[in-house]
Amino acid sequence: MLISIVNPNDRPVVLDAKGIVKTFGQVKALNGVDLAVTRQELVFVIGPSGSGKSTLLRCCNRLEEPTAGAVYVDGIDILNRGININAVRRHIGMVFQSFNLYPHMTALGNVTLALRRVLKLSTRDANSRGMEALDGVGLTDKAGAYPGELSGGQQQRVAIARALSLEPKIMLFDEPTSALDPELVGSVLEVMRRMRNTGMTMVVVSHEMRFAREAADRVIFMDEGHIVEEGTPSDIFEAPQHQRTRTFLSAVTQK
Amino acid sequence: MEQLVQNFFNIEVLIKVYPMLLKGVWMTLQLCVVVVPIGFLGGLLVAIGYSFHNRWLNALLIVYVDFFRAFPPLVLLIFVFYGTPYVGLEVPAFVAVLIAFFLNTSSYYGEILRAGIESIGRGQWEAARSTGIGRLQTMFYVILPQAMRNVAPDLTSNTLEVIKFTALASVVALPELLRMGRIAQGITYNPTPLIAVALIYLAMLWPLVRFLSRLERRMLVKQR
Repeated sequence: MLISIVNPNDRPVVLDAKGIVKTFGQVKALNGVDLAVTRQELVFVIGPSGSGKSTLLRCCNRLEEPTAGAVYVDGIDILNRGININAVRRHIGMVFQSFNLYPHMTALGNVTLALRRVLKLSTRDANSRGMEALDGVGLTDKAGAYPGELSGGQQQRVAIARALSLEPKIMLFDEPTSALDPELVGSVLEVMRRMRNTGMTMVVVSHEMRFAREAADRVIFMDEGHIVEEGTPSDIFEAPQHQRTRTFLSAVTQK
Repeated sequence: MEQLVQNFFNIEVLIKVYPMLLKGVWMTLQLCVVVVPIGFLGGLLVAIGYSFHNRWLNALLIVYVDFFRAFPPLVLLIFVFYGTPYVGLEVPAFVAVLIAFFLNTSSYYGEILRAGIESIGRGQWEAARSTGIGRLQTMFYVILPQAMRNVAPDLTSNTLEVIKFTALASVVALPELLRMGRIAQGITYNPTPLIAVALIYLAMLWPLVRFLSRLERRMLVKQR
């Protein structure tokens, strides 16, 4: 077990998914995918819609139950039946395309709910930690605002603060900017850039190719439930090896 | 005109019977204070039961809810009160009313709350669960507050309905408001007490209606 969480260049593997298969009825969404993410790495997953990239992400915190395969987070087998999945999930932050803020709670309330209910912090401690998290995404002045009073970009930053306040070991982003108006994308990417600079381990499913080029350590191209190829951003964007990758990239960059 | 006042708004009659009516009000209040909360709690259990999406549990709940929503509450009450002695259970009238009302009311509340819970998107569950919040806590802190707001008008109407239905308790001789009104009518040969009963119901329910719809509106404004 210990051997499996240390990789050759000595950075511990935070997330190790092996041979993930996921079928929905007759449809095979994932067909034996391996994904290993080392500490402080930013892995970008790209691919056409329906390629299984979101499903892969959702298998990593068991929002989706893999049909076959293994997922280790910090060396812990999270697919083990006997495991307390709630204890595992607080170490895996997730950010959704549609933000999914709780509309009946203020921004601060959104951030502190898990702090109070999962970490069992007192209201005072939860609030001060919640304010810190909101400060990290530049939204202290919106602590008392309800999601309906915030722009999409602000809502997504609150959602990021909500996940970050639990001090996760890894953050999963499921198309975090896809639901945003173009002028609001920048503020969310800026927060993600800062997270990367402070050493957060991240897996990002997104179509923001410019961001991938500039921030990713590794880019994975998926199609039809497979990893077609992976490499550094310059490998993938400047010298893609597979025809499918080239077709996808030219379609995306033409937009 | 004088005849009308004589018969329906007779002050002398009212003065004579008002202690009886007050007794009826007291009993009706006691009934409501018990019946509404336990019916609501029962409904909550039904709705939460549904949310587990367990095939057998769901089948059981569907039978329960369908049966007791379709079964006339009056017959149910008569059956519970007059039927139980035959199986060796002597239940007091008040308890019989509670049992019959629980079965009926919990299935209505259960159905309303289930619709509310199902109106909340999967994303809310996923967001909460992804931060490590457990199933039941997600239900109570994230899903139910939104669900109840979505079905608040239905919850309100059902609650008013239940309160008015407590008048059914008169068939098992429970001295609630309507029964006392009818007894008073019999004693005085005058329908004034019935008019008074109607006005008392109105006086009890109207503030409640106002209160509940203000609550609804406040919740809506907060969410925006």
